[in-house]
Amino acid sequence: MKSCVIVFPASNCDRDAAVALEQATGTAPDMLWHGETDVPDADLIVLPGGFSYGDYLRSGAMAGHSPIMQDVVKKAEAGVPVLGICNGFQILTETGLLPGALMRNAGLEFVCGMQMLQVANPESLFTRGISNRPYVEFPIAHHDGNYTADEETLNRLEGEGHVAFRYVANPNGSARNIAGITNNKSNVLGLMPHPERVVSPVLGGEDGATFFKGLVEALG
Amino acid sequence: MKAKIHVTLRKSILDPQGNAIMGALSGLGFDSVSGVRQGKVIELEIAEADEAKAREQIEEMCKKLLANPVMENYEIELVS
Repeated sequence: MKSCVIVFPASNCDRDAAVALEQATGTAPDMLWHGETDVPDADLIVLPGGFSYGDYLRSGAMAGHSPIMQDVVKKAEAGVPVLGICNGFQILTETGLLPGALMRNAGLEFVCGMQMLQVANPESLFTRGISNRPYVEFPIAHHDGNYTADEETLNRLEGEGHVAFRYVANPNGSARNIAGITNNKSNVLGLMPHPERVVSPVLGGEDGATFFKGLVEALG
Repeated sequence: MKAKIHVTLRKSILDPQGNAIMGALSGLGFDSVSGVRQGKVIELEIAEADEAKAREQIEEMCKKLLANPVMENYEIELVS
């Protein structure tokens, strides 16, 4: 299985994502700089966490319009699976691949720590591999994770099974406790918590390894 | 031509920073403040003498990058 990680200026979870992907797929992912214009054929594209472009203007706003994102959007629309973690989720909303926006945390503070998540839709491409796990524990580390969308969009996301993960205890004011959502075609997941940071007991947990392994199996 | 773009949160969106500022103002004794909304101002210089054309281009910039219509409104002020 071929995967790739897009690297933006001030991405800081790109190498964690690479380690997690290599562990799950057996092959190191392609690391692609944001200034490139073409994404080579891949079975999974990952937008990593971090503070791309220093969060200038809005989190993810500049990265969402960087050269490589045009091809990422094209590939996502053609059905290639895309996973955006943390800043990657913010970038996905800025490109319009996912609805809504991630605003400043309701408590205004940067939040970080382990977070229990409910797997809200165990049948999605991204959660099928962990469908035997009603809950997983991933760390969070963000300042802008307060998911916001209008009521109609929230109702639609819930009604159509596009809420993939929910916080058990809401850390940031996120609407309907949303931690992760998928797009209409269910091939794009935006996830605020960081599965790539818990892929080994020495890192404090293995739920992330289970998540990536399950995703790789689901992708065949 | 110079332009000032005022980007503010839409009315339906809660503004936790504005609320925190209001709390701080009330702590300083400014009890008359009943609401605070925080936004940002972007100033730009545009090489376009025609006001209508300048406005049209800036509208496009706002829609594409400067504001996020999901949560923000914008107002364009031209200063020649």
